[in-house]
Order: sequence, then C-alpha cells, then structure tokens
Amino acid sequence: MDPAFLAVQALSGLSSASSLFITACGLTIVFGVTRIVNFAHGSLYMIGAYTAATLVPRLLELSFGPVTFWAGILASALIVGVIGVIIEVLLLRRIYGAPELFQLLATFGVVLVVQDLVVQVFGPQDILGPRAPGLRAPVEILGRRFPSYELVLIAAGPIVLGLVWLLLRKTRFGVLVRAATQDRDMVASLGVNQALLFTGTLFLGAFLAGLGGALQIPRVSANTGMDLSIIAEAFVVTVVGGMGSVPGAFLAALIIGQLQAFGILIFPKSTLVVVFLLMAVVLAIRPYGFFGRAEVIGGTHAVGIASRTPLPGRSLILLVVVAILAAFPLVADAYLLKVATEILIFALFAFSLQLLIGVGGIVSFGHAAFFGLGAYGAALAVKWYGVSMEAALPLGLALAALGAALVGAFVVRLSGIYLAMMTLAAAQILYAVAFQWVEVTGGDNGIVGVWPSPWAGGPVPYYLLTAALTVVTVLLLKRIIDAPFGYSLRAARDSEARAEAIGLKVRQHRWLAFTIAGAAAGLAGGIYAFSRGSVDPSLLGISTSVDALTMLLLGGIQTVMGPLVGAAVLHALRDWIMPLTSLWRLLLGLSIIAMVLIFPRGLVGTVRDRWEARA
Amino acid sequence: MTTPLLEVWNLCASYGRAQVLFDLTFRLHQGEVLALVGRNGAGKTTTLKAIMGLVSASAKQATFKGKSLAGLPTYKIARLGLGYVPEDRRIFTDLTVEENLETGRRPAPAGRSPWTPERLFRLFPNLAEMRGRRGNQMSGGEQQMLTIARTLMGNPDAILLDEPSEGIAPVIVQMMAEAIRAMKAEGVAVLLSEQNWAFAAGISDRACVIERGEIRFQGSMDELMADEALRAETLGV
Repeated sequence: MDPAFLAVQALSGLSSASSLFITACGLTIVFGVTRIVNFAHGSLYMIGAYTAATLVPRLLELSFGPVTFWAGILASALIVGVIGVIIEVLLLRRIYGAPELFQLLATFGVVLVVQDLVVQVFGPQDILGPRAPGLRAPVEILGRRFPSYELVLIAAGPIVLGLVWLLLRKTRFGVLVRAATQDRDMVASLGVNQALLFTGTLFLGAFLAGLGGALQIPRVSANTGMDLSIIAEAFVVTVVGGMGSVPGAFLAALIIGQLQAFGILIFPKSTLVVVFLLMAVVLAIRPYGFFGRAEVIGGTHAVGIASRTPLPGRSLILLVVVAILAAFPLVADAYLLKVATEILIFALFAFSLQLLIGVGGIVSFGHAAFFGLGAYGAALAVKWYGVSMEAALPLGLALAALGAALVGAFVVRLSGIYLAMMTLAAAQILYAVAFQWVEVTGGDNGIVGVWPSPWAGGPVPYYLLTAALTVVTVLLLKRIIDAPFGYSLRAARDSEARAEAIGLKVRQHRWLAFTIAGAAAGLAGGIYAFSRGSVDPSLLGISTSVDALTMLLLGGIQTVMGPLVGAAVLHALRDWIMPLTSLWRLLLGLSIIAMVLIFPRGLVGTVRDRWEARA
Repeated sequence: MTTPLLEVWNLCASYGRAQVLFDLTFRLHQGEVLALVGRNGAGKTTTLKAIMGLVSASAKQATFKGKSLAGLPTYKIARLGLGYVPEDRRIFTDLTVEENLETGRRPAPAGRSPWTPERLFRLFPNLAEMRGRRGNQMSGGEQQMLTIARTLMGNPDAILLDEPSEGIAPVIVQMMAEAIRAMKAEGVAVLLSEQNWAFAAGISDRACVIERGEIRFQGSMDELMADEALRAETLGV
C-alpha cells in the first residue's frame, strides 16, 4: 500500500484520538472524584460545539484573526464549564450517595432535557462553524494534502494531557482531587469542603467536554446527534483506559483513533463494531481497563426487591387481573387494543429486566440488545426462511437466549459501573451490526412484512395471544424469583463475598439469570416484531434500554410487580402526551430526574410504603 | 477546673434501627489524654465518628471550644480544630507521603507555630526517609505514623485517635506512645479509643469505660488502675 496514504491515515487517526481524548479526559476525571458516570457529558460536548459554531463567527466579524478564533473556542469551553457547575449544584450534588442505576438514569434525564433545549435555543438545523483563520491551507505530507487544522488538533491532545497532569500533580487542588478520588469521607475529615472540590471538578470536566466540542466546529457541523455518538465513544475510552485514569484515557484514545482510521480500510462498514469489540476484548482480559482498579469504596449500592409478607388473597387478585385482561377486547376499540398489546409487551420486557436488576443486582444498561435480538431473530426467520410465526417466536427467543448467554459470560465477571458499560457496549455492537450489515438486516430501514399467522392476525386475537404469553412468562419468572435460585441471586446481590462464602456459585447463578432474562426479553421482542409487522435498529438502541429502566424506576425497583405498572404508566403517558407537545424528551427527562430525586421507590413502592405505614 | 475543650452530653447514635450509643456524656480538656476503653463492639469507634459527623447521631449535643457541633458538616467540624485519625488509617495510597501531608494542611491559629512536614519528620523519623513514596508501598506502622502526621498538619487543638496501636509492631506502638506524649506537650488534647489496655494505661490521664454503648466508669487512670473488679468485668484485664 502507498506509504503516503498510510501516513495520512495514521495522522487523521491521531487527530480524532486527540479530540476524543480531550472529551473523555473530562469524563474520567469527573468519574474519578464523584463516582458518577455522567451521561450528560456528551450533551456538554454538543453544547460546546453549538456555542462555538454560533459564537465564533460573530466574534470573527468583529475582529478577524487567529487570536479571535481561539479566544472564541476557549470562551465557549468556559461557558460549558459554567453549565457543568449548574448541573452539579442542581442535580449531581443530590445524588452522590445514590445507587449507580439512579445516577445513570438521572444524568440520562439531563441528556433528554438538553436535546430538546438545544433545538429550542439553536434551532433544528445543523450549524457549520467557520474555518480557523491562518489554518485554511492544507499542508503537503509525502505529496498528499492534509488539513493543517488537523495538525493543530493532533498537538492539542498531548497539550491538554500535559496541562491536566500538571494540574493534578503540582497543585493543591490536584492533590485534593486525587485524594477525594480515593476516600471522600477522609478528605472531609481533614477539613476540606467537598462541595467546592466537586463543583470545581465538574467545572473542569465540563470545560474539557466543551473544549472537545468547540474544537470540532471547523471539521463537522454542530448537530443534534453529537451527544450520544460522542458519549458512546467516550465511555469506551474511559472504560478501556480504566475509569478515573487520565493516562489510561489517552492511551485508549490513541488506540481507538488508529483502529478507526485503519479499521475502515479493512472492514469499511464496521467502525462502530470494531470500537466496541475492542472494549469487550479489553474488559474480558482486564476487567477494570488498562489502569483502572476494582472499586474499593462504596461497593455496588445494590437496590432491589426485599422479602415481604405476601398480600392476602393473591390468587384472587391474579384471577381478577386475568379476567380483566381477557374481557378487555369486549370494551376496547382497535386502537386501544393496539396500545394495550404494546403495554403488555413492554411490561414483559421490563419485568425481565427486573430479574436482573431488582433480584440479581446486575445493572444492565443494554437490555434492549436481547429485546432486539428476539425481534430480529423472528423477523430474519420469516424473511430468509419463510417460517411461520409459531416457529419464528421460539427462534427469536432462542437467538436472544444465545446472545444473552454469550454476553453474560463476559458480563458476570464484572460489577458496578463496568458491568453497566459492558452491557451498553454489547447492545451498541448489536445495534451497529443491525445498522451496518445492510444486506442481511436491511440496515436503517429494517425488515418489513413480519406478520402473524392468519389465526392470530387482527387486533383481538393478537392482543389475546400477547396477553396469554405475557401472563404465563411473568408467572414463570415470578416463580423463579421466589425459588431458592432467586434467593441465591438476592444473596449475591447484597453481598457477593458472603454468598460465595456459604458456597453459592455466584457467577454461574448470575450467568443463568442473565440468560433467562435475555430469553424473556427476546420473547417480548419477537411478539413486538409481529405486532408492528417490522423491525428496525432502534429496537436495540440506548433509548430502548433506557425506556425499560425508566419503567422499572417508575414502578419501583424494590417491588416485584412495579415494572408492570411502570410499563403501563410510561406507555400510556407517552401515547397521551407525545402528540400534544414537541418537548416530549424535555418532559420525560425532567420526570426521570424528579423521580430519582423525589420518588426513588417508584409508584408501587411509594403506595405500598404508605399502606404499610398505616397498617 | 478550666472550661472543657470538647464537651459531649447525652450522645446517642444508631445504625438503622439498632441503637449503639446511649447518652454518653464526657469532657475533654486542653492538653489531656482521655482514653475510651472497652471491649470490641462497645461503641468506641462510633463515638468518635458521631462527634465528627461521620455517623448521624440521633441526639448530638456537643460543643468544641464553646461552639455547637450539632448539624455541622464534617469538614466544618474539622476546621474548628478537631482532628480525626480513623482506625483503618485510610492513607491515600495513590499519593506520596508529602502529598498525603498536603491534604491535611490547614493554617495554624494565630500565635501558634504551625506543624510543618519538617517538624513532623523529626517526630516520625521513619517518614523522613520515604517522602516520595506512595502510601501503598508503606507498612502498616508507617501508614499509622503518616495518618497521625497528616492530621497534625491541620494544627488541631484536639485529636480523636482511633485504635492507633491496632495491628502494628510493638516497637512502633512505642513510637506511637511517644508521639502522643509529644502532642500532649504541644498542648493538643487527645481522645483515644483503645482496646490495648497497657498502651492506653501508659499514656492516658483519664479514662471512660464503655460497655454496650453506655459509660460504666469515668475517672482518673489511677482510680481505674485501682479498681481491679471493674477492670476484670468490663475489660477482662
């Protein structure tokens, strides 16, 4: 191959590594001190890009020149730093002690809020920023033209690394930040105001995110998809480098930059897959990344269902529920039946996640992977082999179970935030496959023509089929939760070491639970595919995973039946409110944040607490 | 008698629904060493943590230099001049000896000569030889010295010292005793939680015997020495 071409390719790999590092560095510093994985970090990056793309051209009109350009970039980053401080004071400060799941969900709530706010403030169209004065002409490298701005970016990464290193090693602030990374209570006992330290850290982290975003404006236009695409990559960088490690993030960014630059030559469509595969491989070998360490402080903060005295007349309640479900078609029209069918599907999906989170303490952030696998498994069987629905549903379930068994084998070795990130990565890999392997999966368009067998076609029969499958599966899962196997999972959730000390094979149990939950989610996915007649990659996306988590949170993580209620309420609200407003994501995000702050026990949990307090 | 430096009355604390401290009342005066002695699980560590605001006390009435500690966050309690040395040492293992000392640095009150790394290295000569070493490469005894030195960097008026003799070599226990005497000579008061009776008896002026979260005895060390029956019953020595 042409050496000049390889050199240019390597250089562009270096420049994207630099950009990625600057952003990921902020994420890893914030995590190191606050122990919060800030989903909103990508949103800060996006705000940085929008602010710079809006601000810098105005400044250049006043005074054209390189100084103005770079001052504008810095000013944008500073503005984002202040926004980070606001987020810290209003939200993060209140959830430092909360379970990881709540922290992830609350910061994802911020992501949703920012998505709508950015459109409101900057408008829906992409904004192309100005090119940097003085850096417009390309340079020649071995006879090939290479943008000179990219060379500046290549230098920016190591410069930021050096400055951050100096800040952390040579200043009192840095010493305290590193001390707080290890033991917050001890730092407070020495008279250090943690609140100030944390706010300062958030400023630094948000500044770096904003800088990363602002530096992009001559390369790509600011757009509304930037937040989730960068956060996925930044997660990979921080996890591969070791959460909290700045040099680790730098090394990981370098590797990922080169992987992307050269991976595109070997597998033109597989850049996403390559990145997430790297993460999977690194975590399989080093469960805490290059320079990360096992979490010592705090543990995993598992929250989950606890033992309760069973409600009196449970069988009667079950009978009434079944009777209502069976009688529903007598009163409902086709639209209501369709809504009810979807609610039942998502109730099953959320309930399968409850087995992982509420019972097993396995905080999966990629449960949509198995929902999607079930849906795609069924759809592919119909499309490529022409099988009937009766065969396709079990095939989808089997594919999801197989996928979950495979992913689970990696995942059960991890805990806490690494586990959440690994499951997220697994879901993103599958998403990338579904999105990029167009010949088989239909890419973005997905697969259409996935219709049920004639006897189950039509709203009423399909609703009844869904209701029957959901009720039976939920009862089966409930039986599993109440069996000794479920108790073992809960024991391991509350204390892994003690569970192992009494002879439980924790990993094996968790792996089995992961597989079962995946299979149940796959069944839900298969039913969903036939209910809509089509599948598309969004079924595997982050937002589908977060939907399931929101249902859990809404219903109550500490209750067995909470997810079913949560699914119904969220779905009903969405169907009712979404057509009325263009700010659905803002409302959903604010609701998630409010639930985490005010109602962490969810609807069912709160109602039951009241009821028990009265009794 | 002079006004007490630290005054605690009716201190109660619970972990969840289990109450572990019941109405503890005691005083610590300037420059004295008060030992909280008692069996494992008696509530000594919880007492110190409750004073620092690290476990929430259900009825904390405590003053330090006349200022109420109720409701204050931990860092403000520390800034009043109350140092805390936890039992599990909790050195910042990623930081060097000098950086660990830096985390504890606070200005000295007017008129007092501040503790500096150099002065502390004279008090703990072992540390002087390893200033650039990281906490994770130090022995338990060296970490114990560092954690006391780190707290002294804050120039406290009083130190809550939790089990300084636990799990370290006898020769270092001797150095700890000397360090505590040196602090006392500087006018620093020490509230010592200790299971090692011989160690506590050797350096303390007064003692509180705690049993199941309640004070069984409070008085001078000499009185406690004389009361063999009480010691045998509550301490097993």
